[in-house]
Amino acid sequence: MSWEVVIGLEVHCQINTKTKAFCGCSTAFGAEPNTQTCPVCLGMPGQLPVLNMVAVDKSILTGLAIGAKINLESKFDRKNYFYPDLPKGYQISQFAVPIVEGGYIDIPTKDGEKRLGVTRIHMEEDAGKSMHEGLDAVSHIDLNRSGVPLMEIVSEPDMRSADEAISYLKQLHQVIRFLEVSDADMEKGQFRCDANVSVRHPGEPFGTRTELKNMNSFRFIKQAIEYEVLRQIEVIEDGGKVVQESRLWDSVKNESRSMRSKEEAHDYRYFPEPDLPPLRVSQEEVDAIKAGMPELPGELRKRFEIEFGLSPYDADVLSQTRLLSGWYESLVAAHPADPKRCANWLANELLGRLKEANLDIADSPVSAVALAGLLDRIADNTISGKIAKDVLDFMMSSGKDADAIIEEKGLKQVTDTGAIDAIIKEVMDANPEQVEGYRGGKDKLMGFFVGQVMKASKGQANPGMVNQRLKELLKG
Amino acid sequence: MPFSSLSEIKARLDAGETTAVEVAKLYLDRIAAHNESLNAFVHIDPAHVLAQAEASDKYRSEHDARPLEGLPIAVKDIFCTQDGPTRCCSKILTDFHAPYDAQVITRLKEAGAVLVGKTNMDEFAMGSSNETSAFGPCRNPWNTDAIPGGSSGGSAAAVAAALTPAALGTDTGGSIRQPASLTGITGLKPTYGRVSRRGIIAFASSLDQAGPMTRTVKDTAMITAAISGHDSGDATSVDNASAVDWLGACDATDMKGLKIGRPKEYFVEGMDSEVRASVEAALEKCKELGAEIIDISLPHTEYAVAAYYVIAPSEASANLSRYDSVRYGHRCEDPKDLLDMYTRSRDEGFGTEVKRRILTGAFALSSGYYDAYYLKAQQVRTLIQQDFIKAFEKVDIIATPTSPVTAFKLGEKTDDPLTMYLSDIYTIAVNLAGLPGLSQPCGFANDMPVGLQWIAPAWREDTILSAASAYESATEWATRVPAGFGGES
Repeated sequence: MSWEVVIGLEVHCQINTKTKAFCGCSTAFGAEPNTQTCPVCLGMPGQLPVLNMVAVDKSILTGLAIGAKINLESKFDRKNYFYPDLPKGYQISQFAVPIVEGGYIDIPTKDGEKRLGVTRIHMEEDAGKSMHEGLDAVSHIDLNRSGVPLMEIVSEPDMRSADEAISYLKQLHQVIRFLEVSDADMEKGQFRCDANVSVRHPGEPFGTRTELKNMNSFRFIKQAIEYEVLRQIEVIEDGGKVVQESRLWDSVKNESRSMRSKEEAHDYRYFPEPDLPPLRVSQEEVDAIKAGMPELPGELRKRFEIEFGLSPYDADVLSQTRLLSGWYESLVAAHPADPKRCANWLANELLGRLKEANLDIADSPVSAVALAGLLDRIADNTISGKIAKDVLDFMMSSGKDADAIIEEKGLKQVTDTGAIDAIIKEVMDANPEQVEGYRGGKDKLMGFFVGQVMKASKGQANPGMVNQRLKELLKG
Repeated sequence: MPFSSLSEIKARLDAGETTAVEVAKLYLDRIAAHNESLNAFVHIDPAHVLAQAEASDKYRSEHDARPLEGLPIAVKDIFCTQDGPTRCCSKILTDFHAPYDAQVITRLKEAGAVLVGKTNMDEFAMGSSNETSAFGPCRNPWNTDAIPGGSSGGSAAAVAAALTPAALGTDTGGSIRQPASLTGITGLKPTYGRVSRRGIIAFASSLDQAGPMTRTVKDTAMITAAISGHDSGDATSVDNASAVDWLGACDATDMKGLKIGRPKEYFVEGMDSEVRASVEAALEKCKELGAEIIDISLPHTEYAVAAYYVIAPSEASANLSRYDSVRYGHRCEDPKDLLDMYTRSRDEGFGTEVKRRILTGAFALSSGYYDAYYLKAQQVRTLIQQDFIKAFEKVDIIATPTSPVTAFKLGEKTDDPLTMYLSDIYTIAVNLAGLPGLSQPCGFANDMPVGLQWIAPAWREDTILSAASAYESATEWATRVPAGFGGES
């Protein structure tokens, strides 16, 4: 009998506000421990939270981008548990009435698009960080992260494979980056995922689920889910029962282990946060946020295909980030004659070189206007595409524009018939046997002659003209 | 002078008849002489008090005097102050020094007040007799075998014995009004949201409110004027609270046209008959002053104490979680692991009553019980609010006894928490409804002071101040002073 996998995901995403959710402390990453704290985020007596409205706006924007309902009145609750990196002994979260409800993410599958439901997005504050390793019988606590605003994005149990789960996460990650509501840097823990996984035979009710906690790489998430699916199937096929529990993925041993069972699960004793009145936003405020929403990756992809005639692949590559798509549009604006050439040169040549140099598009030494200048020289036959690649290398290293490099290095394409004819004659004189052979019907030798002529011209002869003149002169 | 009101001292300072330093020295001497018998103050730093007084005299010599220039005010140990320790009279905050002032402390300082010291209280404001304090009980100046009420017992006793002319307290279920009543002074709990809670150690966040404890109604108005107003650092502080002419409201000398509601649920069997007689006499006096007394009903009154003892402990159970010994406060010796550190530190640091309320609250919020307790209590709270709204359609103000009994003896109720909880039977509903309430002296029963409670609609402290001022001007109760503290004339 076949097995069906059921997956639901909870993503904790750090909202990229300058200050924390309930106090004025900086959220900058990487500061010395406990330097970005104040009495509020340290949980000192009598201190009170004041909500950061930028975090609210960014949560609303995210909700709008996934087609969700925005609750004009939402509420904060206290989630109670003791842990040394949770200074107040409770986390301020939204439990009963979150700011965003409903919504969806579409993912591409081999059978076309599949729509995956998003149950809710709620705001909450992050805890600090505990460090236990390498310390002799003590733990250290860094509360810089305490009170940093998070969105928790909870999906419906709609995914049916690890691949679908990853696809959902990548789409969500991309949307969030596009909206610039989070830097979503997974290595910095700004986009972390819990996965609820169960298996069943198709048509049966949901099986008992386990929760895989706190994963922050697409690769680990995929491995952890696949491992968990096989583990559950094995348990059931061996006549056992899956136990409801939280499990932690060990990316070194490539296996998961039990963290705590349902019986050990916390009773969080949620209740309304009396220090914060209900959060009310007006429809006008929501509409204003909606009006400022950028074009989303899905819309952009479709527009690139239709407007610029790009292949689905190129359209996808160029809509990965808002910065890249914007870069591409600037390039097309500066070189409007050939959007496809723009896409090729950006996606294949420039991005390839940037990747080798370990640079982001934001740090590219070649600007969109400069790259357009190079493409102009290809279009007007000043240089060949092959030479243009060399020119781009020089542009990368020197920061100079294409024209200056072409001039300086004397790379201008030879288009003078007389000059080309002279080179051809030299090559023919040097290779009488091949001339004889070609004239005897060995057409394949054409390639040899083109190669020799291009070599003799140091690549600067216009390849089209070389072809044309060779055919003429080889006739004899 | 010791038993002078704040306004009288202010008049003498303004007239140049005395200085802030002289005033401060007078009260410091009185504290030195009487605090041992009363245990009203748990922290006093005479040098620091004198330094503030000197600074105030200097300020006065160079500028126009501020509203509370040079006036000594003591504050309950629940207010965080940068100067001296802030311990909420709990062992768990042993050696805690706040690196910040509560917003009301900042406002008192900005108004020129001289902060006298920290007064005794029930631990974390949980109690009605000041007997749960980690620094030992405070005593009632009218009879030192009796409790002063709680939780702001230290502030009440200090004002009643004139160890300070005024003090700040906090009121979560009656903690200003009940001790004011039991010590024969005046105390106001403002409308919830009127006074910032920032920097006041939280007991029950949706109920806590700070307010003054003074010798006269006008003194109460002076202090409330200084400490109230919107604070952007407290999301529950209201920024559209209607403006009040605080001092102007105290000019009233009669009650012509005032409709006073007399809720039948507050005059029932079981209350002390002499207390009842005093309050009934006070209402007669109000009639003489021109008021109309109207019988009303607040039908859900009987459920107030039960609802309060679910809501307040629930909030407290979370509010007190931060005292985990990790960052500050008492930590047990040699914890063997994290759980041991938590349980032993908190077991050693909290007193019995605090533990009882944390457990009550955690239970009420726990999975499976939330609907039956917390949610139900919130529904009762709504009904109680509606009772008042309906009543205020008929009357301008409500008058009741503040406490069903006068000050009882130390130790009399400590073994019976339920009876102790009933001490607040007349004050709790006001907190649940978020309304302003004031207690003022209205007579004696069993030789101990009796308090009259005034309750007004939200933001109508002015109605209360006018009624209380008229009553005060027509009676002499506020001028009575306890024997043995140098105030006998």
